[in-house]
Amino acid sequence: MSNVNSQEQQPLSSLPLGRCRGSAFGGSGLTKRIIPCLDIKDGRTVKGVNFVNIRDAGDPIELAQQYARDGADELVFLDITATNEGRKTFAELVLQIAKHLNIPFTVGGGISSVADASRLLEAGADKVSINSSAVKRPELVDELALEFGSQFVVVAVDTRLLNEAGEPTLDYTKYPAEAHHYVHTHGGRQATELKTVPWVKEVYSRGAGEILLTSMNTDGAKTGFDLPITKAVVQAVDIPVIASGGAGQKQHFVDVFTKAGADAGLAASIFHYGEIPVPELKQYLATQQIPVRL
Amino acid sequence: MKQVAIIKYNAGNIRSVLFALERLGVAATVTDDHELIRQSSHVIFPGVGAANSAMPYLQERGLDQLMLSLTQPFLGICLGMQLMCRHSEEGNTNCLGMFDIAVRKFTAADDDGQRIKTPHMGWNSLYNLQSPIMKGVDENAFMYFVHSYYAEISSHTIAACNYALPFSAALQKDNFFGVQFHTEKSAAAGEQILKNFLTL
Repeated sequence: MSNVNSQEQQPLSSLPLGRCRGSAFGGSGLTKRIIPCLDIKDGRTVKGVNFVNIRDAGDPIELAQQYARDGADELVFLDITATNEGRKTFAELVLQIAKHLNIPFTVGGGISSVADASRLLEAGADKVSINSSAVKRPELVDELALEFGSQFVVVAVDTRLLNEAGEPTLDYTKYPAEAHHYVHTHGGRQATELKTVPWVKEVYSRGAGEILLTSMNTDGAKTGFDLPITKAVVQAVDIPVIASGGAGQKQHFVDVFTKAGADAGLAASIFHYGEIPVPELKQYLATQQIPVRL
Repeated sequence: MKQVAIIKYNAGNIRSVLFALERLGVAATVTDDHELIRQSSHVIFPGVGAANSAMPYLQERGLDQLMLSLTQPFLGICLGMQLMCRHSEEGNTNCLGMFDIAVRKFTAADDDGQRIKTPHMGWNSLYNLQSPIMKGVDENAFMYFVHSYYAEISSHTIAACNYALPFSAALQKDNFFGVQFHTEKSAAAGEQILKNFLTL
């Protein structure tokens, strides 16, 4: 058979097998991912502003396909429906998404057992995200990793910096991220006694394949990602970390990749309402020497 | 008329491949029936899972010998590609051996002590493309990868990729093709490879 692209290239078998980094032999290396997040209620897309108020933003399949065409690297769909009926609607939606979408997607919301995850995998999801259910019963992480492989298991962690009185603060000088960031559950409303950094280490050791870290300190504020806690989590585990909460400008993504070392940046409303179109964001990241898929 | 068979075995991700083919207007049959597989025009061997649990399953059903005997275009995806190699470090498993190369585990750090995260998860670019199934795919095209083990570079390599070291992103020997990335999740570039395969 003919070699369509082989004119000026050395035979691959002559490439050294030793280690190299970046593009010493060609290729970009692994790129940073941009992930729009779609909150789903009763089959429709919504976005919580600070997780409390919600506002309708369209048909999820149409929106998902548009994001795929725009160059989004992955999508996350979070089911915020609380009813059993809503859960069933969501599983049907996941099947439709899998049929129509040609990029990977993660689904989350209300997954508390291997059976719940299995239904969504069967419907075509690439990964599942678990949050409060892992805090309630950490063994769920082990069970899912054993059954489906770590690459299937995303552990979402909602976190907030608290002072000694248990009040939210952003004073990192006085309250270092490692010691004062606490895991929150129930959409970020309820504080737990779990410290965030030890918690991500625990879920990593139990077989989590990825961490989706949302800082409640910055979520919805559009003042930038929470860099100190993101950096602390990135340093604590050897799995990818998706940073979430606070993106309001293109530069915020540059900062979370270069200053905190995140592998992916997730946002919702800035994408849904066209404040920062995905293609424009990725072009900008490329000009800032961030490796991205264009 | 194309008759595409997708090998049915104890590994996930089969449905995603089926949907990707549907989007290209091609119906496929998921089957472990030897006769149906033998009579098909194209065979796809997908999979997300572990080599050491997949190989015994294939052997018990005689699918290993069947696949080796096939002469129509055959495409292994992700774990499917790794199973087409000679041996995998995953559970120290002897595999099918269409490609006489070893599958190794990404190590936790490179020679400079830089941490390597596993799995290698996300979009990475191909280079040194050298096969008809890469027709119309640009050098440096991005594909979606999720894997902790990799196939070495060899004379069968038809696309390379870098993650701490260069590895085989795609392989070919005669009618046997393998891709480490998920063509079915790699947007338009992945669809191009599936289309090319189906026109062989």
